[in-house]
Amino acid sequence: MKKTSALILSALATTTMSTQAADIDIHIQNLTQGIYFTPLLVTAHSDEAALFHVGEAASGELQAMAEGADISGLESIADGVSANSSANPAGGLLAPGASTMTMLSTSADNTRLSIVGMLLPTNDGFVGLDSWHIPSEAGTYTIYLNGYDAGTEANDELITGGGAPGVPGIPAAPGGNGGTNGTGVTDMNGSEVIHIHPGNIGDDMIDGGKSDVDSRVHRWLNPVAKVTVTVN
Amino acid sequence: MIMVMHKSCRFVLPALAAFVLAACGGSSNNDHTPVVQPPPPPAPVTYSYEVTVVNLTNGQPLSPVAVVLHQEGHLWTVGESASEALELMAEGGDNSEILAMENVMASASGEAPVGPGHSDTITVSIEDVADANLSVATMLVNTNDAFTGLDSVDLAELEVGASWSTMSMAYDAGTEANSELQSTIPGPAAGGNGFDAARDDVDFVAMHPGVVTKDDGLMESVLTSHHRFDNPVAKIIVTRMQ
Repeated sequence: MKKTSALILSALATTTMSTQAADIDIHIQNLTQGIYFTPLLVTAHSDEAALFHVGEAASGELQAMAEGADISGLESIADGVSANSSANPAGGLLAPGASTMTMLSTSADNTRLSIVGMLLPTNDGFVGLDSWHIPSEAGTYTIYLNGYDAGTEANDELITGGGAPGVPGIPAAPGGNGGTNGTGVTDMNGSEVIHIHPGNIGDDMIDGGKSDVDSRVHRWLNPVAKVTVTVN
Repeated sequence: MIMVMHKSCRFVLPALAAFVLAACGGSSNNDHTPVVQPPPPPAPVTYSYEVTVVNLTNGQPLSPVAVVLHQEGHLWTVGESASEALELMAEGGDNSEILAMENVMASASGEAPVGPGHSDTITVSIEDVADANLSVATMLVNTNDAFTGLDSVDLAELEVGASWSTMSMAYDAGTEANSELQSTIPGPAAGGNGFDAARDDVDFVAMHPGVVTKDDGLMESVLTSHHRFDNPVAKIIVTRMQ
């Protein structure tokens, strides 16, 4: 069926590839069992804009989101390029297993969908969708998102409250199941470009150990989110 | 009677003959007494599917695979609490309650566990239901409550002889904490207990975070690096045979 649809799409390309406004519903589910998403930014923008690209260094605004859950900078960038955005649709944290929903009325040139939100507890992990092409054909589409590492901070896994850009540490473990007094997994930031997050290491010590996150609770495997887009 | 009439106008009671014959747009000769002659029952149409599950893991045998057809309901929903039938399968590898679920219209089970790198092919058949949904479930047995499979795949578009395949992810039933203790893992790595009715975890189904193992610092774990896995954990191929 998918192949058939693709063929039809290319046959109709001359009429459907032109830009057009659309009303889209976006349903986002946190698929993890122990990782929270901080306030999400959901934005439809043109193919000349982007919030991030894997393999490239993070912007300062993306760093602020990935290290400290602050989406205001990215939202300003989106507004500056006339994107259609929905900021913080969940009204705060999106808990493990939970879902949120938002709608966008996209203007003609805003044919790409991007989504970001920080993963907690991590140092600079985020759930991300980069410039997914919003289909012009009405229908329901499913996308699975991975966890990325902004490449801006060492993954020391210490819950210190440090969320400002450049300040080491993890802001919080919202589930209340983090540890304290860890010695730190590493103080080296490896790759300095955005990459697939290597995952939390964690340990099983509430007090002490290398890490303040729990290896049995705060790890994850990709994908971390399911996004269902309905083009009306 | 009404249900029969709309299928065959030949099978009518004399008292209703006038109305029915008129409704069928056939002869309106009211004097004619129709012969009550039931048509032969239509031959049942069998829909048969072959389901092959390939174990892609390094060290996680899969419990005997449950394959079920149903039109309603789900085997699981991410974000929602697991059924007791799913809990029994995900913690202990026992699929008997899944096969016996109320909404299940046809079912089949693999006869034995499927080892890493191996596969099993299971055939399930149903009569006169063209639009059944397929669900598949099997436990990763060297875990507390990890499982994989498919939930409610619509088979209505699958033509005879056609195949469809996908990679399946590891899910966590959320019914048992991932302690990795010997006593809680039923697979050959541990030989512990499987199902425990107590729920001491988040109590919703989600993606599995993977196993930690003692080789990665969880010293009380009975598991080793051999039991680690990543997504996907299985390949599932569905072929409609008839």
